[in-house]
Amino acid sequence: MIVSVILKTATRYLIPLMLVFSFFLLLRGHNEPGGGFVGGLVAASAYALFAIANGVKPTQQMLRVKPLSLIVSGLLIAVLSGFAGIVYYGVFMKAFWFETKFPVIGKIGTPLIFDMGVYLLVLGISLKIIFSLFEEDEQ
Amino acid sequence: MNLMMAVLVAVLYTGGIYMILRRSMVKVILGLIFLGHAANLLIFTIGNLTKGKPAFVPEGMLSLDEPFADPLPQALILTAIVIGFGVQAFAIILFKRAYKTVGSDDIDQLNHTDELDR
Amino acid sequence: MKSLTNILLVAPILLPFLSAIIMLSAWKKIKFQRVMNLFASGVAVMASLAIMQKVRADGILVLHVGGWQAPFGISIVIDLLSAIMVVITAVIAFVTAIYSIHTIDPEREAFGFYPLLQFLLMGINGAFITGDLFNLYVWFEVMLISSFVLIALGGRKDQLEGAIKYVTLNLLASAIFLAAAGIIYGLAGTLNMADLARKLPLLNNDTMLNLVSVMFLISFGIKSALFPFFFWLPASYHTPPAAVSAIFAGLLTKVGVYALIRVFTLIFTHDVNFTHTVLLVLAGLTMLSGVLGAATQMDFRRILSFHIISQIGYMIMGLALNSPLALAGGIFYIMHHVIVKTNLFFVSGMVNKFEGSYRLKSLGGVFKASPVLSLLFFIPAMSLAGIPPLSGFWAKFTVAKAGFDLEQYFIVGVSLLVGALTLYSMTKIWNEVFWKDKPDSIQNNNTKESWSSVKLYLPLAILSLITIIIGFNAEPFLNLAINAAHQLLNPQEYIKIVLGS
Repeated sequence: MIVSVILKTATRYLIPLMLVFSFFLLLRGHNEPGGGFVGGLVAASAYALFAIANGVKPTQQMLRVKPLSLIVSGLLIAVLSGFAGIVYYGVFMKAFWFETKFPVIGKIGTPLIFDMGVYLLVLGISLKIIFSLFEEDEQ
Repeated sequence: MNLMMAVLVAVLYTGGIYMILRRSMVKVILGLIFLGHAANLLIFTIGNLTKGKPAFVPEGMLSLDEPFADPLPQALILTAIVIGFGVQAFAIILFKRAYKTVGSDDIDQLNHTDELDR
Repeated sequence: MKSLTNILLVAPILLPFLSAIIMLSAWKKIKFQRVMNLFASGVAVMASLAIMQKVRADGILVLHVGGWQAPFGISIVIDLLSAIMVVITAVIAFVTAIYSIHTIDPEREAFGFYPLLQFLLMGINGAFITGDLFNLYVWFEVMLISSFVLIALGGRKDQLEGAIKYVTLNLLASAIFLAAAGIIYGLAGTLNMADLARKLPLLNNDTMLNLVSVMFLISFGIKSALFPFFFWLPASYHTPPAAVSAIFAGLLTKVGVYALIRVFTLIFTHDVNFTHTVLLVLAGLTMLSGVLGAATQMDFRRILSFHIISQIGYMIMGLALNSPLALAGGIFYIMHHVIVKTNLFFVSGMVNKFEGSYRLKSLGGVFKASPVLSLLFFIPAMSLAGIPPLSGFWAKFTVAKAGFDLEQYFIVGVSLLVGALTLYSMTKIWNEVFWKDKPDSIQNNNTKESWSSVKLYLPLAILSLITIIIGFNAEPFLNLAINAAHQLLNPQEYIKIVLGS
């Protein structure tokens, strides 16, 4: 596999930037454009860029966790956020908001937690697809 | 604008149907993707298109100013796009596997499961 | 107390979902996944029976998810039909859980067979209990994508070929469904089914409604394998392992039938002469083409696959005749068919496990090898053909009786002819697989012990027992179907309870 030096150098600077941007998208998602889905996709594309520049194996090592565990934890977080509604209102998935506002993020509530679940899920699934496509090509 | 979108949707449907009737696997996938996009754009157009007018009820009013773009269809196609993304990604991997096992991307070669057992 | 009911209402979705997540987190522990799958399916049976009890006691149950009132939020609505379907799904899932422990190969188990099964169940259940058209689309997709993976899992050549046909046509159906949902939103400004039922008659736009109803008919017709759209089914259902094709044969097409029943009793009732006549013609052609297709086949599972198509025809005939008794017959038919068909696919899997083939030509002598299995084939096969006093007789009888009452003699004649031809196919399988001697050219390599393993027969025995119970004690089941049909044909109550006014 021929790897261009320009791409390799550029990814080193791009990846932290993209990851921070993906997190920013996740946090502002409730009332403004953004959210867990795009956030997850941006994060996944950061890793995809790394995979293109350096190959799959180093990417998996850098990620440390398996995509599957990302998928599992994302699903679990998303479902559990729905149970808060049952505890407080007796209705599944009813939003529960904390009254106090936080700087930058704004209000915090179960929809944000749900979005985090979506973020992890989308990241996990996209990585799973990307990795398996790469691995099939290498064979 | 609405007319343009209508033409675009029509073109996508025509292209999609033409493509899924072709014999090559790649073209079938492209056809499915076109059909998905056509349906999404159709719903998008149904919700009406306006430029630079977010669907917020103005202060002191009870309803939106006409004309406004209905935000619900946009939320619907967001969901549909996400689902389409997943399904199409799966379809591409499946077709690729099938291409490797069968050794041909000609759909007409895929008739073993329909052959009569004599 | 109220929140407990609310949890019960989402249990058909949440239970499979949570158990799938737990199984995913224990990816390597296959034994744990098996036990978990069995346990979750068992709990689901109890939960579904509790739902059925509650619906029979309190009438239609509604939950506005997230606390958003209908028609703004997504509502979960469980009426008698939904409850029946949820119970059947849970029962089939339970027996499949038992069956798959002994028949699914370790490779598929390691590739996440059990979590996928639970995701599939989540999609099926979601489609049954949702009260929102777009949400129905979403559940269809959940169901489809898990079924895509299940059908292709293992990656054998014929599996991939079958999967391509299955995936392509079902994606086409989804695209049509999505477009139809969009158009109907453009017409009525809502996607809540109860709200649609209230608003569509006020539109006075029958031309457009007919167009949309045909789009729904095509889309659900592909999913439920109606007459001109069924070609994906016999091309793909005989390729995956028996446990998978059994659950597909039992449940997946029935989701399409359920959607057709829901849409054509609640939403599109504006021009019954047009829509239900189309349905009736398609029903007759579906019955005929399915049973004639089966007559030409010489493969165990392919014969059964074609019979799914012909049986779908009976259900749609019940819907198309549009009288309470006919619809009740259709619903009763679904109950009977799901159980019998799954059982027959289980039998075919057992034969394949011990004799190593599905081809009728290379099979034989199973009656001598295992009389028990022969009996467990004989019961559902005769039930499928409609021999009294088994469940299939009452199902066919109810639909035919309703047809006579409405003086639709032609379609009744077709249905009786199809019943006779079904008997022909079943006797063909009986003769070739069970009765005739094993062909000399085929070597017998299985041992006597394998046939006598009791746990293998358990799921088949449960389903056969249910068939017999429905057959000898048909009245409560028939009454349930009649009550469900009455609810469907008088949608005012449904609308009132969902919209709360």
